[in-house]
Amino acid sequence: MTLFRLAIRNLRGAGIRTWLNAIALSFAFVAIIFGQGMLQGMNRQVEDASTAFEYGGGQYWQENYDPFNPLTLDDAHASLPPVLESLTRAGKAAPELIIAGTIYPQGRIRPVLVKGIDAGQRVLALPTGALGDTTEALPVLIGNRTAASTGLAVGDQLTVEWRDADGAFDARDGRVVEVMNTSLASVDNSQIWVPLDTLQRLAGMPGQATIVTLAKALRKAPAVQGWKLRTPAYLLSDLRQVIQSKTIGQTIMFTILFLLAMLAIFDTQVLSIFRRRREIGMLIALGMTRAQVIVMFTLEGALHSVLAAILGLVYGSPLFYYLHHNGFAIPGGESWGFALGNKMYPAFTAGLILGTTLLVFVVTTFVAWLPTRRIAKLRPTDALAGRGA
Amino acid sequence: MRVTNGSDVKNGVVISTDKLVRKFHVGRSELVALKEVSLEFRRGEFAGLVGPSGSGKTTLLNIIGTLDTPTSGSATVLGEQVEKLSPVQAASLRSHQIGFIFQTFNLLPVYTAYENVEFPLLLLGLSSAERRKKVTDALEWVGLADRANSKPTQLSGGESQRVAIARAVVKRPELVLADEPTANLDADNSHKILQTMVGLNRDLGTTFIFATHDEKVIRYLRRKITLVDGRVASDVLQEGQTGRDMTQLSSIGIVSQAGTERSTSSS
Repeated sequence: MTLFRLAIRNLRGAGIRTWLNAIALSFAFVAIIFGQGMLQGMNRQVEDASTAFEYGGGQYWQENYDPFNPLTLDDAHASLPPVLESLTRAGKAAPELIIAGTIYPQGRIRPVLVKGIDAGQRVLALPTGALGDTTEALPVLIGNRTAASTGLAVGDQLTVEWRDADGAFDARDGRVVEVMNTSLASVDNSQIWVPLDTLQRLAGMPGQATIVTLAKALRKAPAVQGWKLRTPAYLLSDLRQVIQSKTIGQTIMFTILFLLAMLAIFDTQVLSIFRRRREIGMLIALGMTRAQVIVMFTLEGALHSVLAAILGLVYGSPLFYYLHHNGFAIPGGESWGFALGNKMYPAFTAGLILGTTLLVFVVTTFVAWLPTRRIAKLRPTDALAGRGA
Repeated sequence: MRVTNGSDVKNGVVISTDKLVRKFHVGRSELVALKEVSLEFRRGEFAGLVGPSGSGKTTLLNIIGTLDTPTSGSATVLGEQVEKLSPVQAASLRSHQIGFIFQTFNLLPVYTAYENVEFPLLLLGLSSAERRKKVTDALEWVGLADRANSKPTQLSGGESQRVAIARAVVKRPELVLADEPTANLDADNSHKILQTMVGLNRDLGTTFIFATHDEKVIRYLRRKITLVDGRVASDVLQEGQTGRDMTQLSSIGIVSQAGTERSTSSS
């Protein structure tokens, strides 16, 4: 306790030097929390959007379905087995029929995936209600990206062509009933959504589906013959890998920033020990052991991180609070490759803040201790004469 | 475990050295700073190690202060055998029983005069009230009660040294070791400092041992031990010495008669 009080007294006495170090460290501290908060927020935002608009609580895939191979679509459809049908009837699952097709917006040819989904489903956050428009023979829902790339808008007519179950080409004119604004490119790009029953009828695949999305992850998901269960973890794994790759880049940047701050602490300690040799000698003469002097110097260094945390809290808290609730615009967010949208909402969790504080404290303490090892080799008589170290 | 020689302390001998040798390695050569120095100091002495630079004064003082250990021979300080003390035991002895005063004052720069004097008491774990009383007393002894809140940079050389004296005596140590305490002071301040120390020696009974070659200090000493090339060249009681101290010194055979020079105690 005495050493702690002495360390505080020394820090206080060092005045501006203490505050300069603490301020430098607090920048690193806030930047790390900010960066990690961004990544956490991005992660959460992307996963939330993917879950809400696409993956739900997991999916059953018809066994031939391979989302990375459009050629499998011809065979990737089957009638719903009873268990999935009952879940669908209970509103706990939403079947989708996916077939390859072509649209001809403004006379140009565009290959698309034609996705059939029940207009009344509540499993996914897609605005499928618009597909219930019975005045249209083929109501079509598209995303904002598809709308932008094709020049289509609500009310526009377009020709949709596909191959039915027998391999015969068929076509109908559809009308765009809604353009949904979604941050998720994977439910938008080169896709059109039509009513499930209409597509099943037009494609000659009555009662059939390609995938079935569950509303919530089932505790004991039943094995269904001919269908493969894909859990949320499986479905999100690609996304997580993309985020992970961005995390690595960010981590390298923060590590450099952190190292610079640590270098400042290390430097301060080395300089402090060199400059305070006489003082160290005097402390030993006054009755402190070398170990006590080492602990005192280490505490002085470590307390910089406590001061930095307090400082960071003072100016970081309002900033974090504001960003957490209001987000910030990220021009070109679409180009990041996942469902980021135009605004990012960083997530500053208690775990992140406490974890970062602990990390900074532990590393600072270690860095502060490293130079103090010299004290152990310092002879008191040399120290008193201002030699050694 | 402490190695003590309690009987010596009871006899009033607070320090005894026996054939003390201290060698230093300087590059490839070896420097012998102390050559078989044998001395005794009794409680309440006001003694000085005198001699030119390099004569071994500071080395001897450092060993007595448990800041250094002898290469051979033995030094017993306040019943503890210096060469056998662990670092923790040596620190404990310094913290409880020994006060230091240095030429360069060595005040802790970020502390006020009050905090500097308080420091040894913090290490002893005294309560706040006890510390306050002792620090106030000590600052009053040295006449600096009104400068308690000044930082070392705001004090003159004389004032700084007086703070250092207060710090050395605040815990009422048995022994105060002063290494060239007046070297950085003018004559006026030197006399003030020395008078302060004489007063503390008289009033508190603290043993003072100086390492000095300053004539001003030497005039105040009651016992002058001259070191030359690491050996005790002479060991004399000076004029003006009190009868009590001379009797004590005579009784342990350091001097045969008041004011007479005895042969060197190192062979």
